[in-house]
Amino acid sequence: MFDIDKWQEIFSTLKQNKLRTFLTAFSIAWGILLLIILLGAGNGLQNAVMQNFESNAKNAMWIWGDRTSIEYKGLQAGREIQLTNKDFEILRGQISGIDNISPQFNIWGGTSVSYGNEFGNFTVQCVLPSHQPIEGSKVLTGRYLNEIDIKQRRKVVVIGEEVQKALFKEKEPIGEYIRVNDILFKVIGVYSDGNGFQNRRVVLPFNSAQAIFNGGVRVSTIGVTTGDATAEQSMQIEQKIREKLSYIHTVNPLDKSAIGIHNTLSEYKQTQNVFFGIKMFLWFIGIGTLIAGIVGVSNIMLIVVKDRTREIGVRKALGATPYSVVSLVLSEAVFITTTAGYFGMVLGVAIMEGVDFLVDKSIAANAAAAASSSDAAGGAPILFMNPNADIGIAVGATILLVVCGALAGLIPALKAAKIRPIEALRYE
Amino acid sequence: MVRIEKLHKSYVTGSNSLHVLKGIDVEINKGEMVSIMGSSGSGKSTLLNIIGILDNYDEGGYYLDGELIKNMSEAKAAIHRNRTLGFVFQQFNLISFKNALENVALPLYYQKISRKKRNIIAMEYLDKMGLRDWAHHMPNELSGGQKQRIAIARSLISKPKVILADEPTGALDTTISYEVMDILKEINADGITMIIVTHEHDIAEMTQRIIRLKDGIIESNVTNGKKKQVAAV
Repeated sequence: MFDIDKWQEIFSTLKQNKLRTFLTAFSIAWGILLLIILLGAGNGLQNAVMQNFESNAKNAMWIWGDRTSIEYKGLQAGREIQLTNKDFEILRGQISGIDNISPQFNIWGGTSVSYGNEFGNFTVQCVLPSHQPIEGSKVLTGRYLNEIDIKQRRKVVVIGEEVQKALFKEKEPIGEYIRVNDILFKVIGVYSDGNGFQNRRVVLPFNSAQAIFNGGVRVSTIGVTTGDATAEQSMQIEQKIREKLSYIHTVNPLDKSAIGIHNTLSEYKQTQNVFFGIKMFLWFIGIGTLIAGIVGVSNIMLIVVKDRTREIGVRKALGATPYSVVSLVLSEAVFITTTAGYFGMVLGVAIMEGVDFLVDKSIAANAAAAASSSDAAGGAPILFMNPNADIGIAVGATILLVVCGALAGLIPALKAAKIRPIEALRYE
Repeated sequence: MVRIEKLHKSYVTGSNSLHVLKGIDVEINKGEMVSIMGSSGSGKSTLLNIIGILDNYDEGGYYLDGELIKNMSEAKAAIHRNRTLGFVFQQFNLISFKNALENVALPLYYQKISRKKRNIIAMEYLDKMGLRDWAHHMPNELSGGQKQRIAIARSLISKPKVILADEPTGALDTTISYEVMDILKEINADGITMIIVTHEHDIAEMTQRIIRLKDGIIESNVTNGKKKQVAAV
């Protein structure tokens, strides 16, 4: 039952004890505010780094030929290893646990691409259709490469989002022909892949383009995905691939520099571990902040009840029951802590939303700046994104503070309610 | 109204035990105005606190309006303090953050009387004390005499049967003391039993009976002759 008279009593007490009310409210609001900012910042950092992973399949692995560092079977160190179509065929046929595999023949940087009067220098990537899930490209309009493009050696091209912006502006690109190194390719689709440089590419069918650009049987990189393999299984697949390629190219299997393998999954797991650590640390600080808040509130509540002992004695002499005394002190404590906690929570969420808004704006501005500059690099990595604390945690923390504040007030209030009024009256 | 039989009370602090009341037998009738005198440490305040159920006792019996008050729960004691008893203290014990009107109305809050109604009643009692104009002043803006009159109004508002006053004039000068005593006498004249603890003879002289305590026992219990004479004339 809502006892309006009791609340009038409480409000008049709060109004007459402004400093006490303010201090209690402030310590609660401050604790919650800090907790939300802390956890929100942690989430923002994690969201940003994890976003950078999003652009590739999380179970992707990239394999490329490099330079040997150990002499082996009479062959000198420093020999360059070139992957070929045959390596791709063997990996596809003989390594189990791979669900997507695609060779890549890349011409990095300055290949001239033009449409009408518009032109730019973009990276050319010659791949199979299965490259799409490995790279994690999303098709915006049109379609990606398919098996028929490969079989019929069609001269088609899928262009990156920023290539479209540079060459076509607002115009619909599908069905148009663009010149890649003065050879006409028909645009069949536009893709988007994360942020920045990965969108400044033109993607061609592997076999036709490899021939057109004098690739011979050379393969720059082989990309694979490992299905739902765990990090450990993925490491085993990596090991099998290394052994197989080492055998084919007569490389010491222990020579890690001869064949480069970038395993996204194990790296993803490592990053996750790092963030687990960071999160633990943030929680540690957050809980510490919370405890400081609880101690602060408890302390104030203890002082408040001590401060009011004499008043409680007077009230009891005038006929206050123990229940009414406890209820008065407790309702006041819960009212202040709840209001202040809610205020702190709203303020914290508002601040984080504000930061989120500014960060989003700066990301958008960054992307726009990168798009307008024609060089292939650029597109600064995002360090902070969507900094939002879990609202459930925020509410939970507020409730915890309220309960602790109430408990801290309850114990001395019960004591004050129980002692004989004469002792309370004598209390100075 | 108040009957006390073989009352004992000790204060225990650590291993020390202080025997304050050593077998008190006293009876105070309805409508009487009694003063309890004694030097400090004689146990007079302790006796008053026991009568007011502000403190408990060890042995004997205390009957208030025929009801035995012993080891009473705080909740039950609260009802007695609220309905049957009224308190006037030496240090007034007004609540500092409430104005005069709210202080006077407070006992009615614990009777669950609505704010509007209790403020009207409180104003009547303030008016009786001649403090209507001071109703919205805080205690620290008032003089000692005014504060004590507010405290008396507060003790009266619940229409108690007994008023207990612990050194009601202890913090006041002589003129104001006499004014306060006049008010208390008027209240007594309305039929409310009045028990006053004091160490001032002139204050005690104004009551009908003087109970003298010394070292925890009643030294003398005499009806005030002077008062009787005045009454006889």
